[in-house]
Amino acid sequence: MREKEMRIRRIEHGTVIDHITGGQALNVLHILGISGSTKAVVSVAMNVQSGVLKTKDIVKVEDRELKQEEVDRISLIAPEATINIIRDFKVIEKHTVDLPEIIEGVVKCANPNCISNTDEPVISKFTVYKNPLELRCIYCDHVISEGIAGQLI
Amino acid sequence: MMLEHIISMRDFSRDEIDIILEKAIVLEPVARGGKSTLLSGKILATLFFEPSTRTRLSFDTAMKRLGGEVIDFGALEASSVVKGESLADTIRVIGGYADAIVLRHPREGAARMAAEYSNVPIINAGDGAGHHPTQTLLDLYTIMRESSLSGLRIALVGDLKYGRTVHSLAYALSLYHADMTLVSPQQLKMPDVIKKDLEKQGANVRETTRLDDVIGDIDVLYVTRIQRERFPDPAEYLKVSGSYRVTEELLKKANENLKIMHPLPRVDEIDHAVDRTGFARYFEQSFYGVPVRMAVLAMAMGVE
Repeated sequence: MREKEMRIRRIEHGTVIDHITGGQALNVLHILGISGSTKAVVSVAMNVQSGVLKTKDIVKVEDRELKQEEVDRISLIAPEATINIIRDFKVIEKHTVDLPEIIEGVVKCANPNCISNTDEPVISKFTVYKNPLELRCIYCDHVISEGIAGQLI
Repeated sequence: MMLEHIISMRDFSRDEIDIILEKAIVLEPVARGGKSTLLSGKILATLFFEPSTRTRLSFDTAMKRLGGEVIDFGALEASSVVKGESLADTIRVIGGYADAIVLRHPREGAARMAAEYSNVPIINAGDGAGHHPTQTLLDLYTIMRESSLSGLRIALVGDLKYGRTVHSLAYALSLYHADMTLVSPQQLKMPDVIKKDLEKQGANVRETTRLDDVIGDIDVLYVTRIQRERFPDPAEYLKVSGSYRVTEELLKKANENLKIMHPLPRVDEIDHAVDRTGFARYFEQSFYGVPVRMAVLAMAMGVE
């Protein structure tokens, strides 16, 4: 995309998350722990035309280089996402996201009777299975295979 | 082998299960009334947040027959639970008193969480609709003692949708490559997610709604209760439960070495006349809970 067509300006330092599944940008921010009270400059573009997917979202976080384990968690809802680390307007690292083996404190167990849905001091934890994507609760063995975005904590 | 916690059958390999079953064979004479001081000086805490008779009594019996002591918190109403103490805190406190904790709790995953907080082994005696691994171990032991785990052809009958016993047993049997037939009414079929899991383990699983179809081709018939509350229409319940009733008439078509198992309590799914036949093994099965729990307790407490 040429500079004059860009909906969001280039950033000097930070992270660009591209090819997010259309409509999932806000969930991506949520997973990354970026909320209204975060100081970072954040730009979001949603439902942008894309050749790879029909539409995609883009998130740019300035002055923050996201670590691999932080971005891997977004693969739950945006498996095609690519991560670009930017320094001095240049992409110095580019990688895809990979599902972690265990995911902690990100998704709420869909079983209302699970011990992780009580006042007990326990953080939700899932084993991640790929192809097809399934999350199995470490505590109650309940399997979440669809609607993961709706179960984000 | 020392067992750390006993939470779910999914944590066990076939080799580990075999070691427990072999230990139970050694301890069976003690369960039948022999004397042992194997666990003398050890204390077991039984924490039952839900009512239970046979499971609690068989753990008590197993511990006492091995010379150990049992503590519990008495009636739930009189315990610190009603003051709102968390399970995590209760476990940390009781772990300071006992050498192992047997836990039954209404929430799924309670035992797994308890294990994270406990400095002594946790033995899961049922967590909600979740796991009850010592039931599965005693089922396997019964099959081993009364039939055979190798080349086993088994039919699981009844409520295969909600019954935690059958889910856990089916999983364990898949480790033994058993030939399984699932027999249930359409509305109580085993959930797809569990069937997929069994197939992943390489189990050979078939489904039917008719007990008649399989009765002549199996070594073990594992019967579970079909609960009235699963059916909004009482007439539908009567019709369905009647068609899975095990009677002498049905057993005329059975293989002569067939063994019938049931986790008990039963209501009317096995006719009382069947008790007198050579097929019935459910009371032996219930007794086998004692040697199996002895093995589990001894291994959890690190006593060989």
